[in-house]
Amino acid sequence: MTVEAVFRREYGRCVAALIRFLGDIDAAEEAVQDAFAVAAARWPSDGQPPNPGAWIVTTARHRAIDRLRRESVRDERHAQALHLYGADTAGSAAPREERTVPDDDRLRLIFTCCHPALNQAAQVGLTLRLLGGLQTPEIARAFLVPEATMAQRIVRAKRKIRDARIPYRVPAEAELPGRVTPVLAVVYLIFNEGHAATVGSLLRLDLCAEAIRLARVLAELMPDEPEAQGLLALLLLLHARRAARVAADGSLARLAEQDRRLWDRDLITEGQAIVRACVQRDHPGPYQLQAAINAVHSIAPGFDSTDWRAILTLYDQLYALTPTPVVALNRAVALGEVRGAAAGLAAVDELCTSDGGLDGYYLFHAARADLLRRLGRDEEAAAAYDDARALTANPVEQAFLDAQRTAVSGPYPGVVRPLRA
Amino acid sequence: MTQYLLALYRDYAVPISPERTQQVWAGVSSLGDRLTDAGAFVFKGGMQGGAESATVVRQSGGDFLMTDGPYTETKEHLAGFWIINAADLDEALEWAKGAAVAEQRPIEVRPMFDGDLDDAIQASASDAQ
Repeated sequence: MTVEAVFRREYGRCVAALIRFLGDIDAAEEAVQDAFAVAAARWPSDGQPPNPGAWIVTTARHRAIDRLRRESVRDERHAQALHLYGADTAGSAAPREERTVPDDDRLRLIFTCCHPALNQAAQVGLTLRLLGGLQTPEIARAFLVPEATMAQRIVRAKRKIRDARIPYRVPAEAELPGRVTPVLAVVYLIFNEGHAATVGSLLRLDLCAEAIRLARVLAELMPDEPEAQGLLALLLLLHARRAARVAADGSLARLAEQDRRLWDRDLITEGQAIVRACVQRDHPGPYQLQAAINAVHSIAPGFDSTDWRAILTLYDQLYALTPTPVVALNRAVALGEVRGAAAGLAAVDELCTSDGGLDGYYLFHAARADLLRRLGRDEEAAAAYDDARALTANPVEQAFLDAQRTAVSGPYPGVVRPLRA
Repeated sequence: MTQYLLALYRDYAVPISPERTQQVWAGVSSLGDRLTDAGAFVFKGGMQGGAESATVVRQSGGDFLMTDGPYTETKEHLAGFWIINAADLDEALEWAKGAAVAEQRPIEVRPMFDGDLDDAIQASASDAQ
């Protein structure tokens, strides 16, 4: 394994260990980076140690101690002061309660990065930087924001952690439900960002793989949190379809058009097994239900032979837990498969009149357009495709909508665009 | 231990009913007891009168300039605050939840600076980055 590969794999674990040791994120990052610099100089000639991660942690600790010794009395006092805010409280202060969640350094770090006192953009940036070991410019590119913006976001978040004393610990059992939610949301958001860009620019790093890596850590460290298991299953089942989501001509393939032979059977098997365990545990939550929906898709040999009744039932359950317009839309689409396009369209149109909210959501218009097309209402379908197209910036989705629109009534009336290769 | 400021703001243009005042008074006094019992209480204060009772003093040349009214031109102004002791932000946020319930308003939580001149200089250097 190259030093670089070790870095990607072990950085989060090492920084997490050093933060507990030093009580300061910047100092920990510095020490770990120092240690990797030593590794890059030594490993090629000395050979790689048997446990590279442990070697890095030990070296980083020595480096940090040397640095503290060199620095003045004031800084030592300062370093001790930093220690106070929770980094060291694992075994000492509080009486050990019965825990279902281990006191793992990486888990502490995830909970700190995704603390509800930090805004979500900051949570995402910090998580990728500290746990994923990604460099700020990479993260900025992945989220299509200027590098300075992302750097600022991360610096600000680290400063708030320090100044406001956001604790470095795994929350107590009683707080867990509320604290796990933002953690899972961050991982899901990272995945979605990558999923939406799968067919976009190749410059974007593999956020999906990164999200799955994080989801695995969470599922492994919190085996008794059913939603952590559900999230991992969901990501695996979605990721299993990645090769089929892009057609040979580079266009987006919807579930109905995907070549199911391209689905990744290993990921599906793993995802299905987790879903089955979740069903047995019977503590359903939004991620588990979405995973179950995708598990139903994953066992269907084709779109038409999908068990839409099962999917509709799962969407009903999901809607009962999270009554959002987007869930209602997906439920309406499933209804369209079970009871026909007219019933689906009625349910979709109801969403428009009820809450509003979805008018700016391109999938709402795309779903409507699709149902209208199936009912032979081509003109209305074309108008809905236009509405959808105006709301997405992703060129592959635009191309897809253009093709759909052309199929119902001639080309898109906007700018004349060259045919995509 | 860190000291945190729990601040509440209100729009003085919106009147408060006597019933609500009574409720808030009861809630705030019970929160005060709980803070004291937990050893977290440091200080609290409520503002007398609305934002129009504020005066801003500015040094200007060799003289001082007084402005009638609050410093910030917002609708909502500082109405009261607590200073509490807490081990970390999570503990302060728990007290802030209690304060939000008692006051029936959002509570802003701010860590208080606790250091010496060197710390202050270091902090301003990192701000400048």
